[in-house]
Order: sequence, then structure tokens, then C-alpha cells
Amino acid sequence: MTNAVEIEGVWKYYGDFPALRNIALTAAQGECIALLGRNGAGKTTLLRIAAGLLRPAKGSVHINGGIGWLGHGIGVYEELSAYENLVVFGQLHGVADPKKTATHWLERTGLDRVADALVREFSRGMRQRLAVARAFLHDPQVVLFDEPFTSLDDRAIRLLQTLFGEAIAQGRTVIMSTHQLREAMELATHVAMIQRGSLVHFGPRTAEMLADPGYLYRTYGES
Amino acid sequence: MKTLRQALVITRKDLRAELRTKETLNAAVSFSISVLLLFSFALDPTPDQTAEIGGGVLWMIFLFAGTLVFNRSFARELPNDCLDALVASPASSAAIFLGKCFAGFSMMLIVEVLSLPVFVLFFGGRIMDHPGQLSVTLLLATWSVTIMGTTFSALTVNLRLRELMLPVLVYPMLLPAMLAAFRLLTMLVAGQAIGSEDLQWLRVLFGFDLIFTCLALALADSILVN
Amino acid sequence: MRQKLIVAMLLVSSALLVRNLYTILLDFPDEANQGAIWRIFYFHLPSALTSFIGFYTGAALSIMYLWKKDLKYDALAAVINEVSLVFASITLITGMIWARIAWGIWWAVGDHRLTSYLVCILMYAGYLMLRRSVQDPAQRASLSAVIAIFASLDIIIVWKSIEWWRGNHPGPVLSIRNGGGMAAGWEGLAYWNVLAISLLAIPMILIRLKQEQMQGEIDSVRRFAHEV
Repeated sequence: MTNAVEIEGVWKYYGDFPALRNIALTAAQGECIALLGRNGAGKTTLLRIAAGLLRPAKGSVHINGGIGWLGHGIGVYEELSAYENLVVFGQLHGVADPKKTATHWLERTGLDRVADALVREFSRGMRQRLAVARAFLHDPQVVLFDEPFTSLDDRAIRLLQTLFGEAIAQGRTVIMSTHQLREAMELATHVAMIQRGSLVHFGPRTAEMLADPGYLYRTYGES
Repeated sequence: MKTLRQALVITRKDLRAELRTKETLNAAVSFSISVLLLFSFALDPTPDQTAEIGGGVLWMIFLFAGTLVFNRSFARELPNDCLDALVASPASSAAIFLGKCFAGFSMMLIVEVLSLPVFVLFFGGRIMDHPGQLSVTLLLATWSVTIMGTTFSALTVNLRLRELMLPVLVYPMLLPAMLAAFRLLTMLVAGQAIGSEDLQWLRVLFGFDLIFTCLALALADSILVN
Repeated sequence: MRQKLIVAMLLVSSALLVRNLYTILLDFPDEANQGAIWRIFYFHLPSALTSFIGFYTGAALSIMYLWKKDLKYDALAAVINEVSLVFASITLITGMIWARIAWGIWWAVGDHRLTSYLVCILMYAGYLMLRRSVQDPAQRASLSAVIAIFASLDIIIVWKSIEWWRGNHPGPVLSIRNGGGMAAGWEGLAYWNVLAISLLAIPMILIRLKQEQMQGEIDSVRRFAHEV
């Protein structure tokens, strides 16, 4: 069985400065990798390369199946309604029945009452839930989220945890970068840590990490 | 086929958002009408003068209004990082690019259709004498502006100075197509049909459109993903 | 090694230029129709050729960059286009000076040679402006490569279309190509000056390339310093 995500020998430069150095990372189906590291270590760059938003200078990225991407921006249009946004992305992803899918996801994220309201009228929490629906609506095989828990409200965090849990249980793959160690450790099956563009740790999440989320940071002198 | 279908999804999305706010269209239409008004005072042309300069004036105004439209083309994707969501979707760069082209093309045509009666009102001229030839000329010339405008809108979308860079890059590149548009519209404003002698300029427009459409689609991936 | 090459080429080029200038200014008589001003041709044509070759080399290197994604192609393309822009400006200015004296006007609207060079200068000035406003080197390289490829194709269409524009409105403009051939001994020197000026362009390109590479290193070191 091929891995869902295979990242091999990826380098990325900004000029001569290597932002990523020889990153190799694989994730099988049903695995969830929490990507740790300081700001500027290269987590976002790595995720953007995996999602095909950036080209690696060297190395290769193979993703089996569709990608669900959520970056720092929520990736939905302010001038369209929640429903219209989901239909547009459903059509782009080629889902069988975009309208039904959109309605289904609006119900799941508790936005069905405001389905026809424009996104620009939404509160912060509603936008975040819509963004999550947008990233999940085509049942992606590989979910790539950059800092998903940052600045979410409680309801959105609970929704996201449920969706991540379901996705992993269904044999899909999740890679997320995060600073919210406690939330991440509960979901993660594997933990990767990036320091100055290099992958310094990659392995299963141990019971020790769950009991003490800061363990890895202290081990690598980044507390 | 799939590319075209995805392109049309993006086109419909852009047009729906635009028709809801009408921000770009309002700006472009009122710009072109006010400039027409200013020109009508600045030049105050007799019918003979209109026949001579009207075509050039009209197309210059459409070109400037087009710049307003294409300044917004990819900039529309910037809030909430929507461009990332599009590029991460299965839609190819060529599909995204083509969708943006169709949307900009439609908006520019709307501006032209609304401005033409105003041009006739202020300048007179017999531009409506050959509606078929006028449509072909406008469609081909508008597509030239569209393909260059969309390409450079995509190129400059992440730049701080994008509103300044777009015209600087686009106008020199558009010169051949604009020469053709000036020549053809001058004929049409004078009420003359496009004769066999000026067929060459339709060919210039068509060739320009074809060459740069192919080139832009081939390079779309290099423009959108770095 | 590169340093020695630069110095050697500059020496050869200056020796050639001095010899050519001597011949052009002191040996050759004034031309029958144009008088003294025809001598400007010996700088106009070589500059035009040098910039022309430069822009197309730059476009080829841009294609190489998009294919190989190696920033050295981008750096080389950028400096070649920059130096070519200088020679295109020399072409334009010498052309205008000649036009002022020969035709009595600085600028003939629709003269396809001068106008095409002006359009070319505008396009590559835009190219350099864009390069200056992009921070990320890989992004800068892709975007400017696309512009260089567009410009190199466009300029051919610009040239042809302005030629046709004139063709329909015959004006007072003479064509230098029909304006009487050159005397036998005079043409050879033009080629010598093409050589001299191309030889001048290459060291300029190499010096600028070195500066560009140094700038790249400085940027990287700066980024590294922010990181630590």
C-alpha cells in the first residue's frame, strides 16, 4: 500500500538561504501528524509545498487523493453567501451533487440558519466554521491545516476535533502545524518537529508527550 | 472540457460577486462616461473631426476602463487568501486563469455596451452603421486587453505596487493590438465598412489574441505557483 | 579568472574602439548627402544589434529558468536584459539625433525602427521595476521570466504592426536601407565596431552579474541573521 503523503528530500530556498533542508516525511492512511516548531522554522512553507502552493527547489511531494487545505486565511469569498461559497468549491472539486453537499455541510457546521447570508456579515466564529466546511466538503484523503486551532472559539475547536477524529477513523490522513500542544497531542498519532528548516524529530506520539505536551520542546531546547 | 467547466465555475463566481456589489463596474462605467464628457469639452469636435479622432478616443477610454477592471481581477482573490484555496483545489492554473479571463472580458464588455450610447450622444459619429463589424472588432480588441490584463493582474497580485505596475507593464505590450483597434474603430466611427485593405488589422488582432492566449495558458502555472 | 577575463575584454574592446574612432572621425570623409552626422551610424547599428542579441539571449535564459528552476539563469537573464536596456537607449538616442539632422525632426510618429525600440525600452523598464518590487527570489525569477518571454515575442509583432501602420500612410520618412548603400571601404568598419561594442557589453554583463550574486548573498546572510 502506498503512503497517503510522501515527502522526499524537499529543499526550499529564499535566495541562497535554505528555508527547508532535506525534509523527508511520510504519512500512512489513518495517521495524524502534528507539526511542531517555532515561528519561522518552516512549518508553513512545508505545508504550502505539500498543498502544491509552492514548488520545492529539490525533492518531491506525492499526495494520494484530494487535498483539504486550510491556511492562515479562511479561503471563502466575502461577497458570496455561505451556501454559494460551498457550492463553488464543491463544483471545483467535482463532488457529485454540489448543492446537496453544501446543504449537508452547512447543517454539520451549524450554519444552516444563515446559509443565504453573505460571509461579510458573519462573526469570526461563523467564518471559521465555514472555512472548516469548505476544507472538508469534498471528503479529502489528505487534510493539510496550518495552525487550525489558533484563535478559534470553543465551538469551532470542538467541531474541528470531531471532524479530525472522524477523518482519522475513516483512514484519512491529517497533517497540521500547531502551537496548541494540548489539542494537537490528543489527536496526533505522530509528531514531527522542525528547527530552522530541518526535521529534528519525527516519530509516533508517545504517552509521555500526551501527559506532558511541552516535553518535545524542552528536549530540543525550545521551551 | 474539465478545464473549461472549472473555468466557468470561477467566472460565474466572479460575476456573481461583482454584480452583487458592482464596485468595479460602477467605477469603470462612471470613469468612462466622465472621461467621454471631458473629452467632448476638450476637443469639441465637428463631425469631420469626430470621424478622424473619435475611434482613437473611444478605444483609449475603453483601455483605461479596462485597466480598472483588471486591476481588480486577481486582487479579488486576496482577502481571506482565496487564491490559495483555488490553487489547492483540483482546478489547474490554466483553468483558474481562463476563468478570470472570462470574468474580466464580460465586465469590460458591459462597460463598453453602456458607454457606447454615451459616445454617440456626445460625439455623434456613425459608429452604429455596421453593427456586425463593430461587434467583431470590439470582441477581438477586448480579448487582447483581457489576456494581457489578466496575465499581468496575476503577475502583480502579490506586489505592494500592483495598481501602479499593471498599466506600466500592460500598455507597451498591448501596442500592436491597440494600433489595430484604433485603425478599425476610426473606420467604423467614420461610418465606413472595414474594407479588404483593413482586413489586415483584424488579422493582427486575431493573431495577437491567439499567440498570447496560448502563451499565457502555457505559462499560467509559472505565474500562479512559485 | 573571471576578473582577468573582464580586464582582457575591456582592453581589447577599448583598443578596438580607439582605432575605430580614429578611422571614423579622422580618416573617413563626410558622406555626400548627410554630411558629418552619418558617422553616428557606427554607434547606432552596433548598439542596436547588441541590445537585440541581448534581449533574445535574456528570453532564452528565461525559458531555461522556467524549465530548470535554477536561479543562476535568472540572475544572468536579469543582468543581460539590464545591459541590453542601456544599449537600446543608446540606439534610441543616436537614432533621434540622426533623425533631427537628417529629417529635421526628433521623432517621426510611426517610424517602426525607433518606435519599436522605445516600446522595447518601456517593456524592459517595466521588467526591471517589477524585479525591484518582488522580495522572494524564486517568485521574482518566475515573474520576470514570464515578462521577458512575453516581451521578446511582443516586440516582433510591434515591429511588424508599426511597419504596416506606416505602410498605409506613406510619410516623409526615408528608409536608411534604401537610402543609398555605403561605400565599399566603409561597411567593414561597421562590423569592427559591432565587435568592439559587443565586447564592451560582455564585461559589463559579467560585472553586473557579480554584483547581483553578491547582492543575493547579502540578502541570504541578512535572512540568516534575522533567524539566529
